[in-house]
Amino acid sequence: MQEYLNLFVRSIFIENMVFAYFLGMCSYLAVSKTVKTAVGLGAAVIFVLAITVPINFLMDEYLLRPGALEWLDPSYASVDLSFLSFIMFIAVIASMVQLVEMIVEKFAPALYGALGIFLPLIAVNCAILGGSLFMQQKNFSGVDYAVVYGLGSGVGWFLAILAIAAIREKIAYSNVPAPLKGLGITFIITGLMAIGFMSFMGIKL
Amino acid sequence: MAKDKLHKEVENSSTKEELDAKKKEMILFLSSSEEKEHFLSKANRKLLSDPLNDDNPITVQVLGICSALAITVQLQPAIVMTLAVIVVMAFSNMIVSMLRNLIPSRIRIIVQLVVVAALVILVDQILKAYAYDVSKQLSVFVGLIITNCIVMGRLEAFALGNGVYKSFLDGVGNAAGYGVILIIVAFFRELLGSGKLFGYEVLGHKGLTIEDSTGLYALGYQDNGLMLLAPMALIVVGIIIWVQRSRNRKLIEEA
Repeated sequence: MQEYLNLFVRSIFIENMVFAYFLGMCSYLAVSKTVKTAVGLGAAVIFVLAITVPINFLMDEYLLRPGALEWLDPSYASVDLSFLSFIMFIAVIASMVQLVEMIVEKFAPALYGALGIFLPLIAVNCAILGGSLFMQQKNFSGVDYAVVYGLGSGVGWFLAILAIAAIREKIAYSNVPAPLKGLGITFIITGLMAIGFMSFMGIKL
Repeated sequence: MAKDKLHKEVENSSTKEELDAKKKEMILFLSSSEEKEHFLSKANRKLLSDPLNDDNPITVQVLGICSALAITVQLQPAIVMTLAVIVVMAFSNMIVSMLRNLIPSRIRIIVQLVVVAALVILVDQILKAYAYDVSKQLSVFVGLIITNCIVMGRLEAFALGNGVYKSFLDGVGNAAGYGVILIIVAFFRELLGSGKLFGYEVLGHKGLTIEDSTGLYALGYQDNGLMLLAPMALIVVGIIIWVQRSRNRKLIEEA
């Protein structure tokens, strides 16, 4: 139990997708103008990360990594399909997003209305593919860790976009130099927030 | 093609008058047909040069920041990344533009992703084979070119509606615009953060004590270790945006 909690906290704060790896920055900057839309996109990202990271973990474990095909037949033990991982991961992500979109539309029209255009956008959010690629690097020992990691990274991304959206709503009232308005000041604030998040790096879990 | 036929006719014409007539016909044909536009005409040059400043993918279109920042601690990986993105963007734009009338619009994102992913796999395998150290440094960020918003953004916005050659130029131009920012950021971070460029100690050698040091370090200069940390990349990009917009005031946002 403690290991899960460690991994969860680590993936939210210490290895925050936005502040430590700059993943998903495009949608982070584009959709953070108001808190409401930011919450919608953040929720969608948590949802999709928590689904795709475990699925890609299973893909990696049973199809892609060297010797993964051994369960099929011992003679396949030397097959290494890991060079296909990018295309497999992105195919899983794109089709999962499509599937999630259809399911949500069918069974939860209210949620679908709230998430709206953000769902299809998520397929090309770097944080999602990044989650799967980091999962591959980390060599988790079981699918349960992958679930926790996916969930944690999603929550970390959610917190980051929520925070920047709140700050941007307030900063509209401040007197920023004209050339820095909008994008420039957002970059600098994100940098300062990232410096703040670096203080978590000292935590040993 | 009609053009090739004309070419043959010019070659096969025996008499001089016939040859001249055919040549004239060919010149007329060339000047009136698809190739009326010069290979590097003004519009095509604009496709290449606009993304470098007025329409920069990072500082104006806000695309492709994801992978831009994490790999700019040193110049070398930044340049390798730029080259990788130029190759991937130029060819994915070209391929999608060739396929643009065949792709059903409902599944176009998946088709685009597959094209891009295939190209990225090629680049990744080549890097692993010929530049293993750099490929280790870039780690997952080569793979993340797939979801780099510049690639998808330009495919959606340009390649799906334009011809093959123009899309190729657009890809090269935008990837170069991305690379320029990447290289500027990496230049400042490597110079100020570790006093090196491409791994060479341009500010002098830093010894254990001031007596051992040469160059600026002998005067007591210290590297700014903060520049090596990830957050400074964001702040450097913020400053680049500031400088660019104060020189180019039409880019200033109203809100």
